[in-house]
Amino acid sequence: MAAHSAVLSMSKIFNPFWGGRLGNTVKVFGTSLTSHRNKGSRSPPPAKYGGRHTVTFIPGDGIGPELLNHVREVFRFSCVPVDFEVVHVNSADESEDDINNAITAIRRNGVGLKGNIETIHTMAPSVKSRNNLLRTSLDLYANVMHCQSLPGVQTRHKNIDIMIIRENTEGEYSSLEHESVSGVVECLKIITRTNSLRIADYAFKLAREKGRSRVTAVHKANIMKLGDGLFLQCCREVASGYPDITFDSMIVDNTTMQLVSKPQQFDVMVMPNLYGNVVSNVCAGLVGGPGLVPGANYGLNYAVFETATRNTGKSIAGRNIANPTAMLLAGCMMLDHLKLYDYATMIRNAILSTMNETRLHTADIGGQGTTSEVVQSIMRNIQSKGPLTA
Amino acid sequence: MAGNAWRSMLSQVGGATKPALSAAFSRRGMQTVTLIPGDGIGPEISAAVMKIFEAAKAPIQWEEKNVTAIKGPGGRWMIPSDAKESMDRSKIGLKGPLKTPIAAGHPSMNLLLRKTFDLYANVRPCVSIEGYKTPYTDVNLVTIRENTEGEYSGIEHLIVDGVVQSIKLITEDASRRIAEYAFEYARNNQRSSVTAVHKANIMRMSDGLFLRKCREVAENYKDIKFTEMYLDTVCLNMVQDPTQFDVLVMPNLYGDILSDLCAGLIGGLGVTPSGNIGANGVAIFESVHGTAPDIAGLDMANPTALLLSAVMMLRHMGLHELGSKIQMACFDTIRDKKVLTKDLGGNSKCSEFTDDICRRIQDM
Repeated sequence: MAAHSAVLSMSKIFNPFWGGRLGNTVKVFGTSLTSHRNKGSRSPPPAKYGGRHTVTFIPGDGIGPELLNHVREVFRFSCVPVDFEVVHVNSADESEDDINNAITAIRRNGVGLKGNIETIHTMAPSVKSRNNLLRTSLDLYANVMHCQSLPGVQTRHKNIDIMIIRENTEGEYSSLEHESVSGVVECLKIITRTNSLRIADYAFKLAREKGRSRVTAVHKANIMKLGDGLFLQCCREVASGYPDITFDSMIVDNTTMQLVSKPQQFDVMVMPNLYGNVVSNVCAGLVGGPGLVPGANYGLNYAVFETATRNTGKSIAGRNIANPTAMLLAGCMMLDHLKLYDYATMIRNAILSTMNETRLHTADIGGQGTTSEVVQSIMRNIQSKGPLTA
Repeated sequence: MAGNAWRSMLSQVGGATKPALSAAFSRRGMQTVTLIPGDGIGPEISAAVMKIFEAAKAPIQWEEKNVTAIKGPGGRWMIPSDAKESMDRSKIGLKGPLKTPIAAGHPSMNLLLRKTFDLYANVRPCVSIEGYKTPYTDVNLVTIRENTEGEYSGIEHLIVDGVVQSIKLITEDASRRIAEYAFEYARNNQRSSVTAVHKANIMRMSDGLFLRKCREVAENYKDIKFTEMYLDTVCLNMVQDPTQFDVLVMPNLYGDILSDLCAGLIGGLGVTPSGNIGANGVAIFESVHGTAPDIAGLDMANPTALLLSAVMMLRHMGLHELGSKIQMACFDTIRDKKVLTKDLGGNSKCSEFTDDICRRIQDM
C-alpha cells in the first residue's frame, strides 16, 4: 500500500496535468502490485498481540491428542512465542459443524497443526472424510513431504533423500460418487489444467529453492490417457520454463518397483493425489516408518502441518509408545513457516540428536523407549544447548 | 474352473491321493496347452520352457498359436479365431510378452485377450527366490487383483477445456466374483488369511461396496482369516515388513501398483510369475516383463518368469509334484550362481541356463 501511494504522489509532482490519469493507471497496476505481494505463497500471518502467533491445534483421534500435547510441552519449555487454539472435531458426529469450526479457526489464524481425524466406516457414505474436507475447503493444494534417511535409524536402504509433492485437492479424492444402477457405483476422478499447472509450478519452484536437480512426474497416462495425460502435459509445460532442472516421468507401478530396489535414484517427485498417497507411504516406510516423517499441506493463504502418512494409530493410542518425532518435526516445519527459524532449528537439532546420537528410540524403530522418555530427552537436549528455557 | 479347483483341492487332501491322481491324468493322456510365444524374447523363452518340460516328461502337449489383432466383422478388433478356438478347447494358456505398437489403431493385445476370455482375476504369487538376494527376505504373499473394471474402465471425458473426468467403476458382481476367487485360492493353496485392500475412507461408496462384498463372501469361508487394510497402510507396512501379508485382494488400480511393488520386493518382473483366471474356466499364465527387443535373438534372455508362470499353470492343473520339481530345479540353478543370465548378475546364455535346469530335473 505504501508503494502505491508513493507512486501516486510522485506522479502528481512530476506532471500535474497527467497526474490524475496516470494516477488511475497506477491504481490499476498498484493494486496488482500489492495483491501480488500478498499472494507471496508462503507468507505467514502477521504476529499480533505482542509478537506471539496463534496457531490452531486439532487433536484428532488415536495418537493425535497425546502427540500434540507433547508438541505443546516442548514449545512451552523452549519458550516458543506461539499460543494454541485447540479445536476438537468429533469423528462420530454426522454433522459438519465441528469441522467447519476447525476450518474457520484455521482461516482466522492462518496456520494449523493437526492429528488425523478418523473416518468411521459404519456411517453413511454421505459423511465425507473430515481430513479431506479440511484440505479442500482451505484449498491446501500442495502436500509436501521430505523423506531423508536418518543415520540413527536402521533401514534396508540407505542414503534416501526424496521430496514428494502431491496434489492435495482433486484427483481420485474428489469424493464424487453415485450409484447409477443398483450394484454399480461410479467414482469420478477429476483432473484439471489449473490445478495440475499449479502443483507442477509449486514443485519446480520448490526444487529450485532447495537446489534440487531433477523432478520426476509420476502418472499412469498409458491407461488413463486423458486424465493423467493432461497432468503430464501440464508438468511438461511448466518444466520448459525451468531449463536448469531435469524433468522426466515414470509410470506409477514402475515407480514403486524402483523405489523398493533403488530409491536413491529419485530426487523430487510430483504426482496426482492417489499415487501421492501410495508413493509417500512407500517412501515413509523406506526411511523408517510413519513415526519419523513430517508432512505439510500448503495453500495460497493457509498452511496445515501434520505427520506425513496421516495415521490415526488407534492400536497404539494411550499406551505411551507412539513415536513423537514426526509430529515434533511437523511442529518445527510450522515454526519455519512462521519465520521463527531459530526456535525451529533448536528443536529440530535436539530431536535429531536424540535420534542419532543418544539413539533413544521408540518401539516402531526397534527401540524400547516410551514417548515421554523421548520427549524428556529432547527437552534435556534443548536445555543444554539452548539459550533460554522455561 | 470348478473342475480344476476340485481336482487341486483333492490333491491337497492327503498325499496318498496324489499318485493316483497323476496316474489318472496320464491315463487320460496329455493335456493340451495353448502356447503363445509372443514377441521379442518371447519365442526363445518359450522354447526354453518347452525344453525344460520335455526333460521333466510333463504330460503337456503344446499348441503354438500367434495372436495379432485382426479386424472382425462389425469393425471390432479381435484375436484370430483359431487362437480363440484353441484356447476355448484347451482352457489353459501360456503366454510370452506381447508388444503393443503405438498408434497401431488397435488396443493392446493384453487388453484384447482379457476382454475375449473375460480374465477377471490376475494372480501374482511373490515368493523370495533363494539365491537372488534382494533387501527383502522371506517374502511369501499373493496379490489377487480384479482385472476388468475399477479405475481402468477406460471411461474418460473432457468436460470443458482443461477439466477431465475419469470414471472408476465398481460393481457388485465383479467384486463378489473376485472375492470368491480370492477365498477359493486361499483355501486351495493352504493360505491362512485374506486381506482386502481399499480406500473406503475416501472413496466411501465405491470401495465401500467392494469391501462389503468381501465381507459377505468371508462369511462363507470361516476357516480363513479376513482382514481389511487401507492401501496406504499396506504400502507402509509392505516396505517395512512384507512377511506379515498373506493373500491380498483388491480392485484394479491398487492391484496394479501393489503387484508391481511386490514384484520389486522379490527381484523385479524378470522373476515374477503371473496368472489370469477367466470366467469360463480359461486360465492364461504369462510372464509380465516386456519384450526386450534389444536382446531378442541373442540367447541372453532369462526364462525364469515364464518358467515360474508355467509352474503356476501346472499347480492350477493339479500337477503339484511336477510343478514343485521344476521350481526346485530352477531355484537350485539360481542359488548355485554358476550359469546365471545377465539380468541375474551372471554371464551365461539362456540356453546354458536352460540346460542346467534340464540336467537337474533329470538327475532328480
